[in-house]
Amino acid sequence: MKFIRKTTLSSEIPTASMPDIIFMLLIFFMVTTVLREYSGLPIELPKAKRIEKLKSKRHTAHVWVSKDGLISIEDRLYNLKNVRHVMYDKRVSDPQIVISLKADEQARMGVISGIHNELRKADALKLNYSTKTSVD
Amino acid sequence: MKINRRFKGGEIPTASMADIAFLLLIFFLVTTTIDMDKGLGLVLPPEGETIEIKKKNILNCLINSSGMVLLGGEPIKPKDISRVVKEKLRENSKLIISVKTHEKTRYKDYVAVIDQLKMADATRISIAETD
Repeated sequence: MKFIRKTTLSSEIPTASMPDIIFMLLIFFMVTTVLREYSGLPIELPKAKRIEKLKSKRHTAHVWVSKDGLISIEDRLYNLKNVRHVMYDKRVSDPQIVISLKADEQARMGVISGIHNELRKADALKLNYSTKTSVD
Repeated sequence: MKINRRFKGGEIPTASMADIAFLLLIFFLVTTTIDMDKGLGLVLPPEGETIEIKKKNILNCLINSSGMVLLGGEPIKPKDISRVVKEKLRENSKLIISVKTHEKTRYKDYVAVIDQLKMADATRISIAETD
């Protein structure tokens, strides 16, 4: 027995609004990606296995420490004594700030320990030692 | 004077619009590097806070300037730390590991020790000031 089709549906997907959808996606990605703001110092990060990801880029402040003991925050060099003022301002403007310490693997602990103390004085206590993932 | 227009209907072809938008989208997806910051998390103790801790609950971990580690008075290889600390934590769960470094200790060695402690699931890590 033959069925007679009464309705003739056009089975095409409408593509007229396709560019709009794609543009929306494009704009979404462009808005949400945060470009790298500061270039920092040339450093070689140490490697570690038990690493955790930083939750949000917006609540992160970077502190660069080169192997010569230079300290850079937002592309400006600071003395160890001035770190607390910068960090205190950051801490006030964003209470949930996490300090990401990007130190060279050859940096000396004297400087790092000094930064620890400065951060404690600035009450910015959440610290993250930035590392690479170690592969072995 | 009149110019005879042969071309009628000035429409921009929109059929390839989607392709162009797709290309742009893919270009942006490829060029944006999502470099998530990752590393070892640590919470520093607040300023001016000293707590008295019983001596038996402290495990001293000293790192010297050449990267050698002394754990509880005995020299140890950095990669063995997690195993030994794990054992000690099993015996005493209140154990606090106090990491003390020399001023000239390399950051690399320090991170390696912290990493080992994290691997041993040690949550109570204290960082002593360098002398």
